[in-house]
Amino acid sequence: MIGPRLWLLQRATALIMAPFVLVHLGLIIVAVQGGLDASEILARTQGSWGWALFYVAFVLAVAIHAAIGLRVVIAETLRPRRWVLNLTAWVILIVLAVLGLRAVYAVIA
Amino acid sequence: MGSIDSGSQPAANGKLEIKIWRGRAKDGAFSAYQVPEQAHQTVLDVVTYVQRRIDATLAYRFACRVGMCGSCAMTVNGVPRWTCRTDVKTVARKGRLVIEPLRNLPVVKDLVTDMAPFFDKWQAAEGRLQATSDREAEVATIDPASPERKAADAGVECINCAVCYSACDVVTWNPDYLGPAALNRAWTLQNDERDGGKAERLRAVTSDGGCQNCHSHQSCTEHCPVGLSPTASIAGLKRMATRAAFGRGPR
Repeated sequence: MIGPRLWLLQRATALIMAPFVLVHLGLIIVAVQGGLDASEILARTQGSWGWALFYVAFVLAVAIHAAIGLRVVIAETLRPRRWVLNLTAWVILIVLAVLGLRAVYAVIA
Repeated sequence: MGSIDSGSQPAANGKLEIKIWRGRAKDGAFSAYQVPEQAHQTVLDVVTYVQRRIDATLAYRFACRVGMCGSCAMTVNGVPRWTCRTDVKTVARKGRLVIEPLRNLPVVKDLVTDMAPFFDKWQAAEGRLQATSDREAEVATIDPASPERKAADAGVECINCAVCYSACDVVTWNPDYLGPAALNRAWTLQNDERDGGKAERLRAVTSDGGCQNCHSHQSCTEHCPVGLSPTASIAGLKRMATRAAFGRGPR
């Protein structure tokens, strides 16, 4: 049910996410040292091209990785027709990407 | 699944209580039999006793009785096993055995499964040598210490019993999946210096039902009666497929 291209893409996005998760978690730990404060976070992220790039890449990697993974789970448990399977995976990818990019836009712009 | 078999105890009255699946997958049912317990009795001995002394209509398959031919695999107390080399004492619980046909294959009758899908997938995985020389050629000299030879050695003693195929959940979930045995065979050939079909075989084992479907549950490795690790072979194929995607594939 999963061809070699999707399989490789899921592994590649996993490779991308591994360091991103560490940076993201590390940042959370650093950020809450002086208490959790929205203005402090926004001061770090607003207008920052670096964090914008980081989180856009992170969100896209998550959306692709999760969509492929859920596609396999759905294929193996529900065995839908191929077009239903592919459409579902695309919907998952787009929903995750839109939600994530919207959140990135909210803290960067 | 190995823990299912633990805690074996002798039968109460010198009789084993045996339940055997009779009929086909859909309209079949278990039948109960009593078989005298004996020393060094294998599960195959028990099935043979039932067929010869109690009910001659019982269908089952065996050939060599010494763990070489791979014909007699069945599900014993929920676990796929080679029955000719499985001592009843190691698997019976309070003298009870539940014997079913292998999972993941169509049941012909009783304990006999149709092995055609299993062997069809060997062929789909290009699980045969593509010879690069003929009988006139000199015998190929292969260094026993070479990494390729060692990789092939690790998987080559497969007896085609389909225990791994029966143990694999991915086969259950995805009927197109080639399965551990066929992919293990393909891996040994990908490491065979004499073989000339490596690029073609790599395409076959990375098709829709190919090696990338394996979730590495390792049920195949857990249950392989001859101690092979199809999981490791499949991981090898995945590495080979990844290298090929970057232009470093076999030619």
